[in-house]
Amino acid sequence: MATVLVYLDNPGASLHKTDRELLTLAGTLGEPSVALIGELDSAVAAELGAYGVQTVFQPSDSGLADLLVAGKAAFLAAAAEAANAGALLLGNTFEAKEIAARAGVRLESGVITDAVAIAPDFTVTKSVFAGSYTVNAVVTTGRPIITVKSNSIEVADPTEAGTPEVREIDVPAPTAAARITGRSEKTASGRPSLDEARIVVAGGRGVDGDFSPVEDLADALGGAVGASRAATDAGWIDHSAQIGQTGKTVSPQLYVSAGISGAIQQKAGMQTAKVIVAVNKDPDAPVFEIADFGVVGDLATVLPQATEEIRKRKG
Amino acid sequence: MAETESALKIAVLVKHVPDAQFDRHLSGDNNTTDRSESILSELDEYALEAALQLIEARGGEAAGHRVTAVTMGPAGAVNAVKKALQIGAHDGVHLSDEALAGSDASGTSKALAAVVRHLGDVDLVLTGMASTDGETSLVPAQLAEMLGLPQVTFASSLELQQEDGGWRLTARRESDHVAETVESALPAVVSVTDQINEPRYPNFKGIMAAKKKTITTLSLADIGLDASEVGLAGAWTRVNDAQPRPPRSQGVIITDEGDAGIRLVDFLAEQKLL
Repeated sequence: MATVLVYLDNPGASLHKTDRELLTLAGTLGEPSVALIGELDSAVAAELGAYGVQTVFQPSDSGLADLLVAGKAAFLAAAAEAANAGALLLGNTFEAKEIAARAGVRLESGVITDAVAIAPDFTVTKSVFAGSYTVNAVVTTGRPIITVKSNSIEVADPTEAGTPEVREIDVPAPTAAARITGRSEKTASGRPSLDEARIVVAGGRGVDGDFSPVEDLADALGGAVGASRAATDAGWIDHSAQIGQTGKTVSPQLYVSAGISGAIQQKAGMQTAKVIVAVNKDPDAPVFEIADFGVVGDLATVLPQATEEIRKRKG
Repeated sequence: MAETESALKIAVLVKHVPDAQFDRHLSGDNNTTDRSESILSELDEYALEAALQLIEARGGEAAGHRVTAVTMGPAGAVNAVKKALQIGAHDGVHLSDEALAGSDASGTSKALAAVVRHLGDVDLVLTGMASTDGETSLVPAQLAEMLGLPQVTFASSLELQQEDGGWRLTARRESDHVAETVESALPAVVSVTDQINEPRYPNFKGIMAAKKKTITTLSLADIGLDASEVGLAGAWTRVNDAQPRPPRSQGVIITDEGDAGIRLVDFLAEQKLL
């Protein structure tokens, strides 16, 4: 069986859900190994072993992480060669796609982004044009390098017990690279990140400056908060919450659209969600055309009522 | 200060993409993008604006700085360059060759890298954060790797300083959890987000001035690439088949009569989403 190399950035003290999804997928396609640029925590090592990971590759020079993308891509390409990997899997964040892109050039290998499924022959299923087409694509040159969307894979319970072997590999730092010279962590909201969330509650122009009903409902549902471009442009919420063609694309189990008309650019970011619920005052809002459940009404009253009802039922 | 600075040469990559306001299609046996009804990719306007602001702050064209709009694609793609010239780019390059049809990200990057090399002495390659058609965001990174240049992507601000006879850029990038300051020497490939500026519109003067600006059309032979390296022939990936997604059918729509929040929760419970 071919080695399927999973790129993990810096999981910290425990794996993220997206990491587990990638490991689960790798296990169905071949023998999983991991390329890890950050520190390997012992709990993470044990969990990787339980997912059947044979080898964890790490760069011998930890300075690569301060180089923007180029260093990480050089490491991933070197790890792929050291592992003789048959395929490479990464998450679907902007950075992961860029690491895949540069590693693809180094390995002369095709890159496919936004995968939602991968068949045993590495045929990739993805959607294009904002979910209007589903395509099957293959890498025809080199080792398939595939970035996989969150929430596409049902995480398997890890079964095996084992400790992966750690192999350090020498990667010369690329000379032509931008360097990260400053970094400030944003205050953690305690909510799941948009990329990983199973449930997303998003607000738009209709929230009219007050995101609290959207945030309260998201918290009651254990979901992430998103926003339309109109809402982020108005400065009501941080730009990183933006969903849509110029923001993030999400495919959660549940997407609640509150006060968003659902113009095509917004639909582009969310129409592959499994269930769509929409609340909007305007009965003609395009979002109702794709909603599984729509409420024509004022989000300022409908959302708090729903939040209270959820809290009541959850006791 | 302007007289001590060397001239900046900026290439802005622009793309002619299907207008996302309308339904977009794949066409033909190879499932390539149908490019009728196309426009200048909205996200490229931010890159062009960033280029113009960088040189205007240093005396603009009069000080020897230059912004070249570059595109590749069939005949219609030149419209993206024309629009860029109306907005303020100084000249344009259109790489046009039948063999380019069906290029994937790697082929596109290969061709654009060859154009940048052909232009010579480019200090900065600026792009938008993604094309609004392929949406893969792969090209800036692949282009940087092919040119052996640093990349700074998703810049939400961008500054240049002259230092030891060369240019140095400082950019800011933001993600969910972290804000970063990034530094790089030039030449470099930089992509910018839609937060970096407010793009200007072409005005009448710009539209008239654009008629006198030069657009150079290049073929693959001009940039030293073989047809087998690009297009469908040179692609490292292939789309085997494409199915239009079945349209989402409309579900239940209710009008709030005071209990819509509760009915919404009933629906979530039915769907086992609580």
